[in-house]
Amino acid sequence: MQQPETTRKSTLAVDNIFLSFGGIQALKGVSLEVGEKEIVAIIGPNGAGKTSLLNSINGFYRPQKGRIFFNGLEVTNLSSHRRAQLGLARTFQNIELYTGMTTLDNLMAARHIHMKYNFLWGALYFGKAHDEEIRHRRVVEDIIDFLEMEAIRKKVVGALPYGKRKLVELGRALALEPKLLLLDEPMAGMNTEEKEDMARFILDIYEEKGIPVVLIEHDMGVVMDIADKVVVLDFGEKIADGSSKEVKSNPRVIKAYLGEEEPAQTGTKV
Amino acid sequence: MTTFLQLILSGIMVGAIYSLVAIGVVLIFKSTGIFNIAQGAILMLGAYILFAFLVQLAWPLWIALIITFLLAIAAGYLIERFALRPLIGQSFLAAFMVTLAMIGLLEGLVTLVWGTFGRRYPEFIPTDPIRLGPLVLSQEYTWSFFIAAGLIVAFYFFFKYHRLGLAMRAVAEDHQAAQSTGISIKTAFSLSWVIGAVIATAGGILLATSAGVTISLGTVGLKALPVVLLGGLESIPGAIVGGLIIGIVEKVAGGYLDPMVGGGVEEVVPFVLMVIILLVKPYGLFGQVRIERI
Repeated sequence: MQQPETTRKSTLAVDNIFLSFGGIQALKGVSLEVGEKEIVAIIGPNGAGKTSLLNSINGFYRPQKGRIFFNGLEVTNLSSHRRAQLGLARTFQNIELYTGMTTLDNLMAARHIHMKYNFLWGALYFGKAHDEEIRHRRVVEDIIDFLEMEAIRKKVVGALPYGKRKLVELGRALALEPKLLLLDEPMAGMNTEEKEDMARFILDIYEEKGIPVVLIEHDMGVVMDIADKVVVLDFGEKIADGSSKEVKSNPRVIKAYLGEEEPAQTGTKV
Repeated sequence: MTTFLQLILSGIMVGAIYSLVAIGVVLIFKSTGIFNIAQGAILMLGAYILFAFLVQLAWPLWIALIITFLLAIAAGYLIERFALRPLIGQSFLAAFMVTLAMIGLLEGLVTLVWGTFGRRYPEFIPTDPIRLGPLVLSQEYTWSFFIAAGLIVAFYFFFKYHRLGLAMRAVAEDHQAAQSTGISIKTAFSLSWVIGAVIATAGGILLATSAGVTISLGTVGLKALPVVLLGGLESIPGAIVGGLIIGIVEKVAGGYLDPMVGGGVEEVVPFVLMVIILLVKPYGLFGQVRIERI
């Protein structure tokens, strides 16, 4: 199969991927494209393959078929840490943090890939290494300001409340200085106020830093508000892809979410 | 009183070496989830390799040391790459059995090459003891203590400030998170085995300067077991504290009880302590308590 011509412009292009675990088909020929300036939401009922899709994009899972391009570069066979080094950052549905470390250290750990000199030498003499440490600290402190985490910067993250931990995870992803952000249910389990904050941060990241975002989210209100494009999965297949308005009126989407009954509507595009 | 202080002091001296060896075990367990019971065997091999270059080939000490440590690095890398990496994703027991098999393999190898006789290094540390008032310290122990302590401090700085140390701490905490921030798990795995082997070799050489180069060094290395169980499997500070405690308890118990029972208490006490610890505090002093939700 030749490279789709669209990969040149888009940040991420997922081309017809198939993923199965034994006899279970998790993804059946899913394609997806994320532009340079887009917030894309992936929605779908439980078990639809949303997280599998995200895991395939960031390299935790290797699809048996299909290809994935990131900024015009084929990453299908790259390991997940290589993809992260290329600028693919993500957060997790069930928060994965370095629980024994402070917020600051969690973010600093993500600077690992940008480090050239060693802090060890920085601790011994002033020089390039020292300048570099200051530079990393500045990036991390900026993110802490940006996400309004000043109050928890020296706290051990294992002891933080859920909403804050979600935020630290987002901060860690940002500390990679990513070119694309993958968020797996960034607002799950949050109260309304926290959700609003998170939605605002995601929009700020997108608008101020210009980082495109792919997110999985169940809260339809949030999805409709912030996403430029919505992709709907059901049983491992993409059943709709378009603006939130288009998707909302798509009969297959309604069927997947509400059950069997065919709505007596016509003229919607699949 | 003097006897007591003397025993405590020797306990600290030998305990520092136990701490060092135990750090290797903890490090590998933390980052890879494998309990390396062969740490003692690797320690013994390291001591024999130095013996081969220093005595059998009669090379200068510093060249022999450099080569021994280069070989230790290679051994750590090869063990991880060929014996344990294929087992990633397999059960804990599978990897544990491989390290168990490694003990037999390495002991066999050493017996094959060097025989079973105990050997000694030529004395490269002065033998006249240091006197601190009424207390007497052998120079061997003192040197060993400061070298072990120096290495522990060096590793502390490595983990705190070095790029790779940071990566290893990240891997130890959370594999997925580490990968998602661009850290290679495989590199971290190799590195922990390499460091583990280097630490074991250093410990082996230090122990062998006073105890001689013998197969039973492996048993001494096995004392890392009560040390890590006391300190907690996941805790490097725990390994340091545990090593010192085991060292002190062993020397004090040996000093007072040996005359009564006719010797050998030093060998037994750490393991008696281990059984007690497992009964009272199964996660050790600083270990992660696993909460099982039912």
